Amino acid sequence: MSVIIGLEIHLQVTSSKTKLFCSCSADYRNSPPNRNVCPICLGLPGVLPKPNKYVIEKAVQLALALGSKISDRLVFMRKHYFYPDLPKGYQISQYTMGRYSAVAYGGSLEIFVKGRRKIVRIRRINIEEDPAKIIYPEKDPWKSPYTLIDYNRSGIPLLEIATEPDLSDAEEAVSFVEKLLELADHLNITDPSLEGSFRIDANISIEGGERVEVKNIGSLKDLEKAINYEIIRQKRILETGGKVVRETRHWDDIRGVTVSARHKEFEEEYKYMPEPDIPPLEIDHSYVEKIRSLMPELPWVMRERFIKQYGLTDYEAGVLVSRKWLAKYFEDIARIYNKPDKIADLLINDFLGKINERGGRFDLVKARPEQIAELLDLLDKKVISIKILKEILDKIVFDGEDPKKIISEKGLTMISEDEYLEELAEKVIRENPKAVEDVKKNPKAINYLVGQVMKLTRGRADPEKINIIIRRKLGLLR
Amino acid sequence: MRRGASIYRQAQIFRENPSEALEEVYKVYENIEKKENILKAYITLRPLEDVLKDVRKSLESKKPLSGILIAVKDNISTEGIRTTCASKILENYVPPYDATIINRIKNSGGVIIGKTNLDEFAMGSTTETSFFGITRNPWNIDHVPGGSSGGSAVAISAYMAHMALGTDTGGSIRNPASYTGIVGYKPTYGFVSRYGIIAYASSLDQAGPMTRDVLDAAFLMDIISGKDPMDPTTIDHGIESFSREIERIDPGYLRGRRIVLIRELWEGADRDVVSTVSGYIDKLMSEGLEVIERSFPEIIYSLSAYYVIATAEASSNLARYQGILYGLSEDPSNKSWTEYMAKIRGEGFGREVKKRIVLGSHVLSAAYYDQYYLKALKMRRILRRGLEEILKDADAIATPTTPTTAPRIGEIRKDPYIMYLADMETVTANLIGGPAISIPAGFINGLPIGIQFFSLPGKDLEILRIARASELKTGLHDILST
Repeated sequence: MSVIIGLEIHLQVTSSKTKLFCSCSADYRNSPPNRNVCPICLGLPGVLPKPNKYVIEKAVQLALALGSKISDRLVFMRKHYFYPDLPKGYQISQYTMGRYSAVAYGGSLEIFVKGRRKIVRIRRINIEEDPAKIIYPEKDPWKSPYTLIDYNRSGIPLLEIATEPDLSDAEEAVSFVEKLLELADHLNITDPSLEGSFRIDANISIEGGERVEVKNIGSLKDLEKAINYEIIRQKRILETGGKVVRETRHWDDIRGVTVSARHKEFEEEYKYMPEPDIPPLEIDHSYVEKIRSLMPELPWVMRERFIKQYGLTDYEAGVLVSRKWLAKYFEDIARIYNKPDKIADLLINDFLGKINERGGRFDLVKARPEQIAELLDLLDKKVISIKILKEILDKIVFDGEDPKKIISEKGLTMISEDEYLEELAEKVIRENPKAVEDVKKNPKAINYLVGQVMKLTRGRADPEKINIIIRRKLGLLR
Repeated sequence: MRRGASIYRQAQIFRENPSEALEEVYKVYENIEKKENILKAYITLRPLEDVLKDVRKSLESKKPLSGILIAVKDNISTEGIRTTCASKILENYVPPYDATIINRIKNSGGVIIGKTNLDEFAMGSTTETSFFGITRNPWNIDHVPGGSSGGSAVAISAYMAHMALGTDTGGSIRNPASYTGIVGYKPTYGFVSRYGIIAYASSLDQAGPMTRDVLDAAFLMDIISGKDPMDPTTIDHGIESFSREIERIDPGYLRGRRIVLIRELWEGADRDVVSTVSGYIDKLMSEGLEVIERSFPEIIYSLSAYYVIATAEASSNLARYQGILYGLSEDPSNKSWTEYMAKIRGEGFGREVKKRIVLGSHVLSAAYYDQYYLKALKMRRILRRGLEEILKDADAIATPTTPTTAPRIGEIRKDPYIMYLADMETVTANLIGGPAISIPAGFINGLPIGIQFFSLPGKDLEILRIARASELKTGLHDILST
């Protein structure tokens, strides 16, 4: 039974300073509830929306990057439903109907899964506003004695990207969203590390069954779990001779299940209507060309360039390019320190782990590229060992302290490194009595012990130095 | 103040002699004390002391509207003054912000005297559907004042304010102007900001002046019109001063102007109305005005298109009244959101409003969208093209503003179809977005009747000039006492 999956991804335009239709700050994550509000995003009687030009520009940029066809007229539509998160009783969105259209159609994004490349077609790109955030004191709304509404999120700009049903399993879906987020990050549209900056609806069907829409998926992990859960659920129904009905289900991330939505809302109940408060906006050729000319380097182009220009592996280039901030940081360091493989190694194996421990927040990094370059240089000159580097990395990265200053203050000089290597050598000698015996018979056998010490330093110590230390310890040299 | 005098002239006197202005404030409040009990033009009237304070301050600043009392229809947001739309659902709603036009009036020295009665959410043409009770016609208190801007019309007609603001979606400024013997002007769509005006049908709504004569209407336009960054549908009209353009007009302006009478717009009017308004036009012709008759059969579908579009947009615009952030509310315990909202909306909206919401929801539903809404939009384009053709070699179209004089109170409620027909003459201007003005054309059995001039979008000065020349020629701008 083949599985067919199409996605709708809602990206918050987190780089926009203001909301989609008013001048309220869009930075709702760092504000107390209901602080970033005004008559417009509260939908008070008499207010009118004022479209945010920056968001339109970003939508066009995304469309260009995906190779979508951009509509020549931008029309907003009202989508009606009654729910307390929607203060106007309708959401200003876009819709395909008659002369009304979304901002862009078509295009594609290439993913690599299981060593295979796959083209995923884009159906359309919409601009719309985020509803307010509803908070229930109990997990189950029906058991909650009251509902809290935070209008800080009301009117936050969203781009909705809908794919064709080209995906066939959870891995592909995750890979697609990762790729899209990477692109959105590079275009300075969405910072994917921000909580709630993207949400996914997945349309999942299995041959012989109807399409089921799973809403409210908030992370890549949940996307994987939700799709796998839904595939198993649908397969079971079909295998036991049942019928999968067309419905909307919600992803319950706490219980890890999809739940049928109580109120079925089919498209035709939304009473779509062209938004009379916003005149259609002409998107002319010169506007599009201007945006095209300002387009930053796209991640897949950058990745190829990293491989060629810096001699990085495909894997290294992929990791560095996965976030725009990291790619730029890498290049800034590479401009002053000319061993790109060493930079990549440090960033990927040591630096990134520390960032990820802090929720992927690059904004916490205080170290200037020069400081990282200096650190690597100190390592090269054997002023510090890799062990010391790891010890002081936190302070350099997150406190922005100067590597040389820390080293001199703490007395973390070469002596310490020698002591460290001596410790390692003693340990290796202790743990390998047989090899020690061999060395005494045949000094050439020392290479095994040197290798063991090297291994402990992850190959970053100077083998000559280790050789000398071991020979001294074994009395072969004085 | 002498009978019929322009507020435009009065404002000049106030600037030179502030004590005159204070006298006029007392005069207005005297009238209110005498008549308001019966006429009920206002939903919220500001106390004399507060208004005097504001007037004194405004006189010091010597601005265009210094000392001028403006009555504001109660669907226009005023910061700190409750704005009800004559609905129970907004009975105690006090906006935290001013509509753009209120801002402009205040910045020009104008003083808001109070908020006037209307049909609930501006839906109607009699001011009988207000939650706050009916308003009566000063010319005969057994008759309605028209609507939906009935309160503003009465405030001007009975000199209970100097100038007033109304809103017009299908005739709501012009209809009561016709019934109460005042000037009501709906500008080109986009000339006046809608920001802060509580929407009925967004693509048709336009605020405008309700005044004692055409010069005053132009004067108020100087203040309230112009592009507004808060309203993306506003346009730059490029007119430096409406009042200066209108001030220099005399009856001789009519010579060589050409107006069109569209047969279908005269056929539905009462015989008395046709003869009175025709007689008025005859007087203008004696000054050299040229009149041509045309037929435009499709125009009879204006009314249907209007009601489809207006109700569709209304059903959308009124979806925000949910009893959560403002307006009527109650303890939501033990109710689902749907139950709660249904209860608030059920109790808060009146019958006419509910009827239009249901109609609008129906025409927007996917199954009927093409059949109604899309066709109505098409009709709008047909109208626009047809009228462009007709107005190729003419300055304006003239009609009676209303097919009858003001109906008796309660008469129309018995047969709502008559009420919808009352909009027949006026809705076309809203559908094409063009300017339209109603000025007094005479009396029938002691009740005023108006003549309407309307034209294509942007032709505001053209119709204002014709209207000004006409009122000067006929002297009918002098009918209002103070």
